Amino acid sequence: MKTLTFPGSYSSLVKIGEFVTQAAKSIGFDGFELYKIETAVDEACSNIIEHAYGQENIGDIVVSVVTDLEKITITLTDFGEPFDPKYVKQPDLDADLEVREDHGLGIYMMKQWMDVVIFDTNQEKNVLTLVKYLKD
Amino acid sequence: MEISKTQYKRCDVIKVEGRIDSASAPQLYEEFNKLLEENHFHIVFNMTDVSFISSAGLRVLISTQKNCKRFNRGELVLSNVPENIKAALDLAGFTALFKIFDSEVAAVGNF
Repeated sequence: MKTLTFPGSYSSLVKIGEFVTQAAKSIGFDGFELYKIETAVDEACSNIIEHAYGQENIGDIVVSVVTDLEKITITLTDFGEPFDPKYVKQPDLDADLEVREDHGLGIYMMKQWMDVVIFDTNQEKNVLTLVKYLKD
Repeated sequence: MEISKTQYKRCDVIKVEGRIDSASAPQLYEEFNKLLEENHFHIVFNMTDVSFISSAGLRVLISTQKNCKRFNRGELVLSNVPENIKAALDLAGFTALFKIFDSEVAAVGNF
């Protein structure tokens, strides 16, 4: 397992993306599959900063990556406010432009593009686990 | 993220190189808004050098499209959309909300 801690600011997003995609590449992810992982991690970390911490530079994001022959498991931990995705409304992707809401899209993309998305919250921390399998 | 702008007779082209994420999206939003403040509502967004777009970037596109289309005064159209980015637009249900052109010339010619 590789673990790195990043400051909870939007300028960390590029470095977090590089850290995770590097590990994904090492077990054979490439092209669009790699892009999906980068997107999910970016959305997750942006949510942590925006919702769990409420703004930038309040707390850290701990990123752990475990790889084996068939999958990558990414764990993102923060120490902000408890975050329950149940309360994030599902975006209506068929809504007309005028009434199109612009929130909820990040979680939706994460869930569509990763194989496993688990939010676990207790009083001390939020732990988000993302898993993606290598397809044969 | 680098932003470049070109003004044509009937429209403006904005081109971005790099990532559009939560860090850079506000800068892009500001560039679109500058055009709107100058009453330029016909805009082409050339995405050929966009390497990544997150939902923060998608939100900028939606809001700019809403502002452009208000009172039927204009439209934001997209051109040269890379495959990964197109997949993100598809997933978000955006392909129904934006005209997408294969080339900047075709997009500019649309206005």
